Amino acid sequence: MVDKAALGETGVPFALDVERGKIHEFATATKSTHPAHFEGHHPACPPTFLTTAFFWETRVPGSNPWEKVRMDPKRGMHAEQEFVFHGPPPRAGTRLIGTSRIEKIFEKQGKRGGTMTFAVMVTEYRDEAGNLVAEARLTGVETAKNPEEGG
Amino acid sequence: MTSAIAWESLVEGQGPEPWTVGPITLTDVVRYQGASGDFNPIHHDVDFAQASGFTRPLVVGMYQAGVLNTYATNWLGPENVRRTKVRWKTPLFPGDLITCSGKVARKYEANGERCVDVELVCTNQAGAVAVEGAMSFVVP
Repeated sequence: MVDKAALGETGVPFALDVERGKIHEFATATKSTHPAHFEGHHPACPPTFLTTAFFWETRVPGSNPWEKVRMDPKRGMHAEQEFVFHGPPPRAGTRLIGTSRIEKIFEKQGKRGGTMTFAVMVTEYRDEAGNLVAEARLTGVETAKNPEEGG
Repeated sequence: MTSAIAWESLVEGQGPEPWTVGPITLTDVVRYQGASGDFNPIHHDVDFAQASGFTRPLVVGMYQAGVLNTYATNWLGPENVRRTKVRWKTPLFPGDLITCSGKVARKYEANGERCVDVELVCTNQAGAVAVEGAMSFVVP
């Protein structure tokens, strides 16, 4: 059950090192063979690569305020995901500092009845000089029942 | 390396040939989970998936989102991406065959750069929409 008190919760900043090997692995896993991800020492990261923040957040207690949303894992689903880049996507060798915040929590009525509760978390990524490089925006939804059953 | 796309070749309402990927295997799912760090067991553990009300593990949504983004970056270049947004509609399961397609939604100039917004769709073998995508690229 979503805890609306999580709105505005902000995580402890965490470092994310954009790594060449990880870019190769992630590009391969998403069926890319584009040379921009594989050639040179500083390949560009794929558009959805910052989802690998999973690896980095877990090393920094308190960095992921999503835990405070307390979405039911059996009724919660990833509904939308957005990444915005304020310039070219980061390259291998870049250290990013990510800070996550619960930006919105709201409800909608489902088509077949039942309330759906949405939560949005934004993660801002800055380089070591403090410039905003990228933003990730995760929208999760908790349905009244199991999504495969419809609702 | 920058992909050279001719501005004139981008026409609103048009896009590249669709790209079919799959059938998706459980190995594809596990490889993606290892790459992304999302180890939610609902995507590879049959018992956990069934306890969650699914008949079997479902494909992690960011996998098909990532493949859809690959389709778009093969077209317009990975260094040129400035925004990507995906929305999931129908879950996928191992064995599903997915087809990515896309078209130009809008061409414009912003801050002295040529830009293009594209609309993307990933469907399963039955034609159901699994993911809708919207991306923005610069066209150098």
